[in-house]
Amino acid sequence: MKLVIERREISSALLRFSAPIASIGVALFVAGFLLLASGVSPLEAYKEIIIESLGSIYGLSETLVKTTPLIFAGLGVSLAFRMQIWNIGAEGQIYVGAMGASWVALFSGIQTHWIMLTAMFFAAFLCGGTWAGVAGFLRARWKVNEVIVTLLMNYIAILWVDYLIYGPWKDPKGFNFPLTAQFSDTARLAEYFNTRMHSGFFLALFCALVLYLFIERTVWGYEIKVIGSNQRAAKYAGMNTGMAIFFVLFLSGAIAGIAGFSEVAGLQHRLQHGISPGYGYTAIIIAWLAKRSAIGVVIVSFLMGVLLVGGDSLQLLWQLPVAFVYAFQGLILFFLLASDFFIIYRLKFVKGGAHV
Amino acid sequence: MTDIIAIKNIRKTFPGVIALDDVSFSVSRGEIHTLLGENGAGKSTLMNVLTGLYHPDSGQIQIAGENIHFTSPRDSLACGIGMVHQHFMLVPAHSVFENILLALDKVPNFYSRKKYKEKVQKLIDEFNLDLDLDTPVWRLSIGAQQWIELIKLLMRDCKLLILDEPTAVLTPQETARLFNVLRKLKEQGKSIIFISHKMREVMEISDRVTILKKGRSITTRVRGDFDESKLASLMIGRDKVPQWQKNLQMSDEIVLDIQNLSVRNDRGLSDLDDFNLQLKKGEILGIAGVAGNGQKALAEVLTGLKNTNQGRIYAKQKDITNSNARYSYVAGIAHIPEDRKTIGIAPDMSVDENLIMKSFKSGSFRNWIFQNKKAIKRNAEEKIEQFAIKSGPDGTPVRYLSGGNIQKVIIARELSEKPAVLVALYPTRGLDIGSAGYVHKVIADGADQGMSTILIAEDLDELLKLSDRIAVMFRGRLIGYVDPRNTTREEIGLMMSGETPGEKV
Ligand SMILES: Nc1ncnc2c1ncn2[C@@H]1O[C@H](COP(=O)(O)OP(=O)(O)OP(=O)(O)O)[C@@H](O)[C@H]1O
Ligand SMILES: [Mg+2]
Repeated sequence: MKLVIERREISSALLRFSAPIASIGVALFVAGFLLLASGVSPLEAYKEIIIESLGSIYGLSETLVKTTPLIFAGLGVSLAFRMQIWNIGAEGQIYVGAMGASWVALFSGIQTHWIMLTAMFFAAFLCGGTWAGVAGFLRARWKVNEVIVTLLMNYIAILWVDYLIYGPWKDPKGFNFPLTAQFSDTARLAEYFNTRMHSGFFLALFCALVLYLFIERTVWGYEIKVIGSNQRAAKYAGMNTGMAIFFVLFLSGAIAGIAGFSEVAGLQHRLQHGISPGYGYTAIIIAWLAKRSAIGVVIVSFLMGVLLVGGDSLQLLWQLPVAFVYAFQGLILFFLLASDFFIIYRLKFVKGGAHV
Repeated sequence: MTDIIAIKNIRKTFPGVIALDDVSFSVSRGEIHTLLGENGAGKSTLMNVLTGLYHPDSGQIQIAGENIHFTSPRDSLACGIGMVHQHFMLVPAHSVFENILLALDKVPNFYSRKKYKEKVQKLIDEFNLDLDLDTPVWRLSIGAQQWIELIKLLMRDCKLLILDEPTAVLTPQETARLFNVLRKLKEQGKSIIFISHKMREVMEISDRVTILKKGRSITTRVRGDFDESKLASLMIGRDKVPQWQKNLQMSDEIVLDIQNLSVRNDRGLSDLDDFNLQLKKGEILGIAGVAGNGQKALAEVLTGLKNTNQGRIYAKQKDITNSNARYSYVAGIAHIPEDRKTIGIAPDMSVDENLIMKSFKSGSFRNWIFQNKKAIKRNAEEKIEQFAIKSGPDGTPVRYLSGGNIQKVIIARELSEKPAVLVALYPTRGLDIGSAGYVHKVIADGADQGMSTILIAEDLDELLKLSDRIAVMFRGRLIGYVDPRNTTREEIGLMMSGETPGEKV
């Protein structure tokens, strides 16, 4: 008997579906050792995560609060993935989106509630879109790698927002803290059940539905899928691939930008330092786990929300550093990539073996 | 004769498809054994089983009477079985020699470059191949690249060589050369499994022929015990090659007028040089020429894939020079890409979706911004039926179709919009005789309805049979027109080598 690695001729649908779940399981297992090393019982900790994030109205609402920006950003990233475009810049796009929405909220002077929110929404949409659109343009025009551009533009976006809140946009009555003034009530999304949960969550679900229909049902979605499958064939069929690359990156950034809108209008009611604690990066993991499907993004975002909220409580209860949550996310991505190996190959025992 | 390998009752299924049902045959030492079968009969799958890429569901492979289990192509190579795939695996930027070296697994770290080079050179001389070891691979023709693949296997001392449709991409001259090499290999006691759809080649080279039909090996015939029509009827059951009538086209209306066209390629050489051509309404204009004399560039320019350096193209008096593929299509030019896997299809998408790749925006396949899935499905069912596409269960990605069936998907798509002008570049490459006949019929029927076709093919028989006129190209120029009813193969052959004819038609 010997153990051989075989290439699978076809990867079964079941396998492709179960791999992400299995990789989360393995990540939980390995993270357990990290917990043990910090003197915390893994079972206790996982129980705590579940109870904290799902066990009460308050916990659940907090989870949904965290899920909301993840859905937007995850949708944005996964849309670009569809076309084999890697948008690593959702984080920056969230910041510029938030900036655009805040500008409208603070300086436009609009008095009507729904006009104000609509204007903020579109400001965020355009800002996020433009930010990613730069990478799209460079990629389409001069084949500049979009990974580098989107990634580096994150730093510009974050520092630019910092400049605004430490400088020109700083709240004069804010005791010199780096924040803008609070938004007026016209610029706030509805909140529910006396919790921090806001209508941005429903907007995110709606977005997921629209994006699903966009990809699976529309002519443009079809075009995106063809380009993602074979760019040369798309060109040959007369599709304007450069335009499509620009358009998809724009839209990808725009959707991530809405996360910025939803955060400032629904939750923080002002622009401030660190409005996103890395949602844009988590979105990359989400898009990968979701295998590019819009529905998948919603589910995975929720799981990540559970993890973030639960992770917070670990911090309070056992003084575990927040880095633990990131380590856990990293582990999931790591095992996910590893599981791709098992989707393509399989291990098998054979008798005798070949004449080698 | 001793069998070097025997295949017994092999069965291989994919989800929803029985690719191989029950296949048995054997190969003896020093024979050229041809596998013949319709598109999708299972030839490539069988070869992939034989080289360990696929694992059979049941059945045995025996070498010297002993059952053997390959887990990967590496194992089969170690047993002396090597395969030249249809799609080569070469590093374009590396030289010929480096590519060959890459394939050897026991090159010592400090290998003696000179020693290996001599060894390779010896092989090249022995088989009289025209190949310079220091040329980068991207500069070579497909035919030359195939030599590299072959040399790789010879360097590894393979006893059984498998060639899956090697001649589909070769010019007749290159094919003749390949056959010389194969015969020489045979004399040295090597065995060859050869796959081709071209009957003339099968007749010329095979010692034995095994016929595969719907995943079953139905018979093996020894040379002398078969002829072209016998094989054809065994392969497709009855003689059901579609019949069609060629009508003489009388129209003098010119639908496409190419004037003084010049196109340079990546290497700065002229692909087309002051080229002129007139295409009449409803005619099938064959283009003859040794491959590499600008035919591909002509097709690419006409379909807008390549830009011109000089000259004009008019479609019904409308200037369409330097337009993109879509614009050309609107003007009614379709194009059957020669390079089907790289530019013809979106491999991860279904047959249905690939069939509408060019017309997805047209009213018949959309409701406002949404796709009309019902119409798309109906269209697919129609095309699959008409072209006898073996497409597997619903939604199967096109990449899993057999080579010939992928080609049929592309042809069905190109012809479906009833273009005014069809540019068909090697349209029957890789098709079985039934399907090739059907494509001919579609082109001929199209001509009756006023479609004009520029048919670029290597096979003179195909050109003579289908064309109303034949234009001969040499080094990117038009040498002249001949009348297919009124010419000889010799005359065309002379013109193909650049001799101007005495009179033009
Ligand atoms: N990986 C795969 N997954 C699913 N179906 C497959 C796969 N590979 C081959 N098939 C199916 O198996 C059948 C046989 O295919 P195969 O490629 O062996 O045909 P072939 O005889 O080589 O045809 P051709 O002359 O067109 O090359 C086809 O119906 C094809 O769709
Ligand atoms: Mg094949």
